[in-house]
Amino acid sequence: MARSVQTHGGAAHGSVKEYVWGLFWSVVLTAIPFAVVMIGGFDGRLTLAIILLCAVAQIFVQLVFFLHMNTSSEQAWNTVSAVFIVLIVAIVVLGSIWIMNHLNHNMLMGH
Amino acid sequence: MANNATIVTDPDPIFGKLTWDSIPYHDPIILTTFLVVVMVGVGVLGAVVYYGKLKYLWEEWLTSVDHKKIGIMYIIAAFIMLIRGFSDALLMRSQQALAVSESSGVGYLPPEHYDQIFTAHGVIMIFFVAMPLIVGLMNLVVPLQIGARDVAFPFLNSLSFWLFVVGAMLVNASLFVGEFAATGWLAYPPLSGLEYSPWVGVDYWLWALQISGIGTLLSGVNFFVTIIRMRAPGMSLMKMPVFTWTSLCANVLIILAFPILTVTITLLTLDRYLGTHFFTNDLGGNQMMYVNLIWAWGHPEVYILILPAFGIFSEVTATFSRKRLFGYTSLVWATACIMFLSFIVWLHHFFTMGAGASVNAFFGIATMVISIPTGVKIFNWLFTMYKGKVTFDSPMWWTLAFLITFTIGGVTGVMLAIPAANFVLHNSLFLVAHFHNVIIGGALFGYFAGLTYWFPKATGFTLNETLGKWACGLWTVGFFMAFMPLYVLGFMGMTRRLNYYDNPVWNTWLLIAGLGALIVLVAICVQFYQIFASIRDRKNNQDLTGDPWGGRTLEWAMSSPPPFYNFARTPEVRDRDQFHYMKEHGLAFKRPASYSRIHMPKNTWAGIVIAGFSGVMGFAMVWHIWWLAIVSTVAMLACFIVYNFSGNKDYYVEVDEIEVMESEHFERIAVAHSAQTSHQQGLSGSQGKASITLPLSQV
Amino acid sequence: MATQMIAPEPGYTGFVAEEHHHDYAGDTLLGFWIYIMSDCILFATLFATYAVLGNSFAGGLTPKDLFDLNFVAVETGLLLLSSFTFGMAMLGAQHKNMTQLLLWLGFTFSLGGGFLAMELYEFYHFSHEGAGPTTSAYWSAFYALVGTHGLHVFAGMFWMVFLVIHLLKDGITEANFTRLSCLSLFWHFLDIIWICVFSMVYLMGVM
Repeated sequence: MARSVQTHGGAAHGSVKEYVWGLFWSVVLTAIPFAVVMIGGFDGRLTLAIILLCAVAQIFVQLVFFLHMNTSSEQAWNTVSAVFIVLIVAIVVLGSIWIMNHLNHNMLMGH
Repeated sequence: MANNATIVTDPDPIFGKLTWDSIPYHDPIILTTFLVVVMVGVGVLGAVVYYGKLKYLWEEWLTSVDHKKIGIMYIIAAFIMLIRGFSDALLMRSQQALAVSESSGVGYLPPEHYDQIFTAHGVIMIFFVAMPLIVGLMNLVVPLQIGARDVAFPFLNSLSFWLFVVGAMLVNASLFVGEFAATGWLAYPPLSGLEYSPWVGVDYWLWALQISGIGTLLSGVNFFVTIIRMRAPGMSLMKMPVFTWTSLCANVLIILAFPILTVTITLLTLDRYLGTHFFTNDLGGNQMMYVNLIWAWGHPEVYILILPAFGIFSEVTATFSRKRLFGYTSLVWATACIMFLSFIVWLHHFFTMGAGASVNAFFGIATMVISIPTGVKIFNWLFTMYKGKVTFDSPMWWTLAFLITFTIGGVTGVMLAIPAANFVLHNSLFLVAHFHNVIIGGALFGYFAGLTYWFPKATGFTLNETLGKWACGLWTVGFFMAFMPLYVLGFMGMTRRLNYYDNPVWNTWLLIAGLGALIVLVAICVQFYQIFASIRDRKNNQDLTGDPWGGRTLEWAMSSPPPFYNFARTPEVRDRDQFHYMKEHGLAFKRPASYSRIHMPKNTWAGIVIAGFSGVMGFAMVWHIWWLAIVSTVAMLACFIVYNFSGNKDYYVEVDEIEVMESEHFERIAVAHSAQTSHQQGLSGSQGKASITLPLSQV
Repeated sequence: MATQMIAPEPGYTGFVAEEHHHDYAGDTLLGFWIYIMSDCILFATLFATYAVLGNSFAGGLTPKDLFDLNFVAVETGLLLLSSFTFGMAMLGAQHKNMTQLLLWLGFTFSLGGGFLAMELYEFYHFSHEGAGPTTSAYWSAFYALVGTHGLHVFAGMFWMVFLVIHLLKDGITEANFTRLSCLSLFWHFLDIIWICVFSMVYLMGVM
């Protein structure tokens, strides 16, 4: 029964080791940006870059260690849809910011 | 009707803002409409009870999870809403034809009434006519085309449908209790904010769209999973019928776009109910963000409407040209391209709002790029017809009408995509003419083609062909008469949504447009008569074989109407035009050696009941009846949990039952066969009727 | 046209020789995944709104005046840990170990509850200091974004309660395992959203 359950829907499952590593990396990648901001004194752009990099890295950690995403064919649709969603999220968020910056600038709004 | 005197500033704890003054009984038009609706409603209900059909209605339809029945109910609901939406159109056309000047008359509709009418017209036609038509057709056809026995989540499908019905009922309720939004169909703030729309109109708009939008989102997920996971063995993605492909893309767009709508109208709801400042004039609110977000949903939405219509035209063209579709692969890729591109063009709806040259240039070019894959499709259809044995049945009439009309609409769309030209044409009647040109001439004609094409599959008899061709002809003539003048008026500088104007030069064109609307009215009447006459004469139009048109895809492989389990045996797909392939190789219309029992979902009360409570919740929220909103929300959750904990959601259809139903099907095929034989002996040389095109060798 | 077609092999009837059992659990998991994808768009819209209204303080309080990163760090810790405990609960379910499953689910529920309590306290505190949802566009966007995440956490906990009832009623059946897998996806997804929230809202807010 347990075997058959595991094969359903391409949902792969982890092990204790995997979850512990996941937690470890999550803590590290959370601690770094918090520390950088809380200690302060770093260059603004560097801080921003560290925050963003750590966030992206941690999202990948979550996906790999906790959600067990991989490139197996069973998970093809999950992965494809996730990649496509990232693209659309980027379009909606960055597109809105771009458009609204223009509009706010020209229409003297947003302040 | 947005009478400020009737606004209750301090809502009653029991009835909220609702008072007797909320009912516009002093307005004769609305009162008459209300009485007619009540009488018809009571009459229908009375007839159902009198003939003892209440139980049948509840058990076989209202609680059904059968995708075919849900599809039929979607389409019936869409036609009912079409009457309402088209009445609004007639009111607007007649008002504009009459309201020439102070001296010659200002029409008969006061501004606040007129504003509600154009808002209701847009909302109803997009959300409650076009959407249910296409979702209904998807329901009817997609599982059949992919060789599935139902959708992936039958209960959610039922819930989606009833959530849509609740949305439609809220819009209709606004006619008789309170008012509807007077803001235009997308309710831009600050006009739709509390300051300028203090009464309940915008709230009706918000809750109707929110509830039906969630239903649509659930449908999108449902159909995506159905198409991805429930295709018959052997049907790879590139062997899927084109309608399934375009439906897949449309559902991806639903999944991606509808959450944006959900959030946008939630934020407007928060502004109106809790006093937040997303889109207000004060405290940093930004109305331009609303416009940005609503179109980030709105533009994909138009492709949700049009893509499946493209799929329908592809199926119809191939079937009635007796040819494999030309350039299947290019058509699929064109659809995928449009799907993606539809997400990077939304700014073209507000070129004039003040974005800079770089933004406008990007979105202008992206918009023009969409015309390339769309053009590819036009050539696909033309080349499918080229050297085909084209028969001009009414679905083909709609297709040809579409090809011409839609091309004109596409060209004016490219004109609007030029930001410099857009500054002249924005908000003018040119725009109104353009989007009606693509939505009527593109999407709606497609749905009508699809309805005519698949009607026999759903019901077991074909629609009256003569009346169908009349309807198509009248629609086309009416459309051109109604909307070509609006292009002219747009160039002359007439803006949209005018209740009154003072320019006699425009009047002639508006009279022509009004006449066009009347012709469309005749066309719609012919359509209703067509349905009535076809039901009356159904014995003469029977589809005995399940394949009235010489179809090419799997939905024609079972009886018409299909048995509730669709396929007695699961198909094994070898070809893109699988049913055609089976006919070519003498495999169609053959009885399988044996059957095995079939796993099916049981009907459930949960969909209609949960949706019903959501309707009560929506109404309570509109009128600020907080206790009722809380009670109905709790009831929704409770019903969902009860349903979730109830076992017994599915059952097996036993072989005996399948054998009985399948035997009847093969007997009908035998009848059709003998009828065809005698027909051909009696009238050698003349062509057989469409309903009996069964090749003799295959029986 | 027939020339384009490959003739079927002998014995091919157009139908499968034997009906196969359909993997309904796989449908549910993919369906739920797709729902989560659409939820990503929902949050993306809220993030976009937050970003656009990010400077619209209307002369009122700014995040720099109020945000306390120590507090947020603890909140974050609770949620990260709950992701781990949910993973352990999933392992329990895979090993058919009901005690382990319920224990770890209990931890997860408590951590989620702790997170929500802290968030509610934070909202109360901010409102008390004069930055409620109606204070300015910025604060409207803040409460909408963070509140929607909180609402999702609440929904997850609500769901967890009923899932436990299911588990106690029927044990670790296939249906319950599918339900648990969906909730697991949901819970980890909320963690991912929170990563974006603490990075974009809190860390960048006090930068």
